[in-house]
Amino acid sequence: MESILEVKDLHVSFSVRGGEVKAVRGVNFTVGKGETVAIVGESGSGKSVTAQTIMRLIPSPPSKIKQGQVIFNGEDLLSKTNKQMEAIRGKDIGMIFQDPMTSLNPTIKVGKQITEGLIKHQNLSFAEAKTRGVEMLKLVGIKNAEARFNQYPHEFSGGMRQRVMIAIALACRPSLLIADEPTTALDVTIQAQIINVMKDMQERFGTSIIMITHDLGVVAGMADRVIVMYAGEVVETGTSMEIFKNPQHPYTRGLLRSLPRIDQRKDEPLVPIIGTPPDLIKPPVGCPFAARCDHAMKVCERIDPDPTHLSDTHMSRCWLQHPMAQEVQSS
Amino acid sequence: MSVKNELIPQASAANLTPEDFRQIGVDEKQSEVIQRESLSAWRDSWERLRSNKLAMAGLIVMALVVIMAFIGPMISKFDYQTNDLMNTNKPPNSVHWFGTDDLGRDMFVRTWMGARISLVVGLAAALIDVMIGVIYGGIMGYFGGRVDEIMNKFAEILYSIPYLLVTILLLVVFEPSLGTIILALTITGWINMSWIVRGEIMQLKNREYVLASRSMGAGSGRLLFRHLLPNAMGPIIVTLTLSVPNAIFSEAFLSYLGLGVQEPVASLGSMISSSLSGWMLYPWRMLFPALLISLTMLAFNIFGDGLRDALDPKLKK
Amino acid sequence: MSGPLIEVEGLKKYFNLGKGNVLKAVNDISFSINEGETLGVVGESGCGKSTAGRTILRLYEPTAGSVRFNGTDIYKLSPGKMKAMRRDMQMIFQDPYASLNPRFTVTDIIGEALDIHNMAGSRKERKKRVEELLDMVGLNPDHATRYPHEFSGGQRQRIGIARALAVNPKFIICDEPISALDVSIQAQVVNLLQDLQKKLGLTYLFIAHDLSMVKHISNRVAVMYLGKVVELAESEELYANPMHPYTKTLLSAIPVPDPEVEASKPRILLNDTGSGPIHSAKDGAASGDIYNLDNSSLVEVTKGHWVAIPNS
Repeated sequence: MESILEVKDLHVSFSVRGGEVKAVRGVNFTVGKGETVAIVGESGSGKSVTAQTIMRLIPSPPSKIKQGQVIFNGEDLLSKTNKQMEAIRGKDIGMIFQDPMTSLNPTIKVGKQITEGLIKHQNLSFAEAKTRGVEMLKLVGIKNAEARFNQYPHEFSGGMRQRVMIAIALACRPSLLIADEPTTALDVTIQAQIINVMKDMQERFGTSIIMITHDLGVVAGMADRVIVMYAGEVVETGTSMEIFKNPQHPYTRGLLRSLPRIDQRKDEPLVPIIGTPPDLIKPPVGCPFAARCDHAMKVCERIDPDPTHLSDTHMSRCWLQHPMAQEVQSS
Repeated sequence: MSVKNELIPQASAANLTPEDFRQIGVDEKQSEVIQRESLSAWRDSWERLRSNKLAMAGLIVMALVVIMAFIGPMISKFDYQTNDLMNTNKPPNSVHWFGTDDLGRDMFVRTWMGARISLVVGLAAALIDVMIGVIYGGIMGYFGGRVDEIMNKFAEILYSIPYLLVTILLLVVFEPSLGTIILALTITGWINMSWIVRGEIMQLKNREYVLASRSMGAGSGRLLFRHLLPNAMGPIIVTLTLSVPNAIFSEAFLSYLGLGVQEPVASLGSMISSSLSGWMLYPWRMLFPALLISLTMLAFNIFGDGLRDALDPKLKK
Repeated sequence: MSGPLIEVEGLKKYFNLGKGNVLKAVNDISFSINEGETLGVVGESGCGKSTAGRTILRLYEPTAGSVRFNGTDIYKLSPGKMKAMRRDMQMIFQDPYASLNPRFTVTDIIGEALDIHNMAGSRKERKKRVEELLDMVGLNPDHATRYPHEFSGGQRQRIGIARALAVNPKFIICDEPISALDVSIQAQVVNLLQDLQKKLGLTYLFIAHDLSMVKHISNRVAVMYLGKVVELAESEELYANPMHPYTKTLLSAIPVPDPEVEASKPRILLNDTGSGPIHSAKDGAASGDIYNLDNSSLVEVTKGHWVAIPNS
């Protein structure tokens, strides 16, 4: 598959008093054309920082991009000027955020917020932009779009606002959409609708989507591929099937085991992952998950493992994949 | 099995042995240990304040002014009220460091005496504002509803009367003295503070930790004094710091109008006022008090601003 | 399990929004909870589940109705008696960041309830009790002098649990105790709550919007919508055999962490509802009441399975 975005060895740090929080520590991944990739991880795993770095929306200071490349359509976004980035944001890469309440400007009519990008990036007249904007609102499932076009954000419910956000993000037909926890602030019934809208839009426009979330259920329903992040590192990647049906990294397995499933009748006790993630002001030398891992071996505490490729799509970064580990365990 | 390993922590280059792959147990308590050093909310704020150079400069200037206001008059051999008609309007020299005024009084001593009066008025007025404002605003915010409505109306009415009018009236009716000035400044000065406290308390009382304390059976006293006021302390301190220069300026202004402290007692405002008649000829008589009052106000304002940043409770990281 | 410890009857909590508009946050709900049982309450934001919890603890005064604890109507108690009653009823809050006073040390947070009820004894005894409680919730007693912002979300929620346990309560309302926590931490807290229930014989009212977790922890589940209970049943029964259309919608919306299941699952989509349970002065009805709940009553359809059915 042709790739549209490639993140190479990305390192991002934040300076805080008393040191530097190494939030992203060597992240690599690619996103193919028309593909939905989910980045899963807990708070502090670096997933949102990664997304914001791609968009160059991360405030600096306190953050600092230490090294790495973000290749989008063959060009490194990290070497662009702010002016160049402005032309890319909204036009080639769209973004939707977690909180639809705060990501829309409350003092500007919804219609104006949709057309703004169209006028800026595509040099449309207001009339043309309005036609496109109304059409977008209809596409994301807002009834009575002509009338709603002239309303303010507070006249929309939370789910409707998130639809508007999607309409704004996709108005210029960007080739990549970054959705940062797009359903976290919404109720489950609304969440289901928003996911449907996103899938529908992707089919229509062929947009690639990077979906940042902590909700594995949402991932299972949407993603083609999954990137699991922990403590600033990618610990496992694979297709949805590989990650959910054949997880290899103990962290991924732990996450799946700690979730109760609504469709299971048997009430087995949950298996939690003990402990808490490491403080990235002082990341551990070895595997960051070693302190919480029930398979931890001596080597894990000393050396951070390299990625092991189990198939073309499946990668796990764990010492258990080392041939010697399997020998020792089975003996 | 005791294999010695001296490997560099580089996964690909590592020379691994089966021993490395022996499972170890997880130590649950180990992963719960907190890495960072312990900091209380107050210490955290102090550290932040200390790293703010401008605010610290403000603090140092404030401290110097306060110290000089109290020891300044003592290190000079002159006093503030003895006339010396042989030495009137002398420019600064080695005897009279800041020169003398039209009655030959030493300007150095008078300037610091004036600063002392200004500081006393400013601090006293601000402290009284805090006391009334915290109690009044605390009651409004905590009880809310009808109590709040009535008390707030009263405060609004009082606030709508021009304070200069009240002040001048007061100073005309009563003898102008330090006490009267402080009274005049506080009669409406506390209102602002009470509104700030009211807003804070209203916001804080819906916090879950207050609810938690209520769910355990805590009474009003505990809620107010253990939970609400300590957490409202940041804005209170900032407002206090910023209201000191206001009071100092108001006092100077009143003295300038001749409504402040009376001769021979000096205040920065009255000194500037009396220097006006000859300021082209004797600029030092205006320069020193004016400089000092500006410096003091600037220092308090800068420090107050720094304090606001430092106390902003973003403790979530 | 023995008889009911908590009996809620006809509980209403209205908020006056002015101009004749009334927010009927809790609109006539009734249920009971047996000793040692966990009753789950699920519903989406604005359905009144949290208000219900707080009203049951009398943090809000009710508009109507009664809550009996061991047969005593707590709304009729004098302030003094109510204070004593609070030892038996405690609460665990949703937001582990907002529910702990940032100026208190962990010792003072957990010790506060002991101080209020004069159970602390000497300083040494108080310290010992706090350490015992920290140990009970799996926290390092060495951290007792630290401040809440130094802990992670999961650790703070444990502190909140230790605080609730300090006075040896019989009944605890868990108000979305895990929804602000990371997935891997949620299971820790849920398991801890279940262990403590077994060990101390606690009775829980577990409020959440995460249906899978509620199903996991609860014996029975009540589904709330617009201030009303629309369905109440044993948890297995509710999930296997939902009857109310809202329950069905809700269940179909929950994503399952399994791509195969997700691909084949039909979804019932709910129309966006209006402004929630606000009863406007004009027509007196709530704008989102598509199930005609105002004219429904809870009927026992099969044994122990109650559903809101429109009055004919």
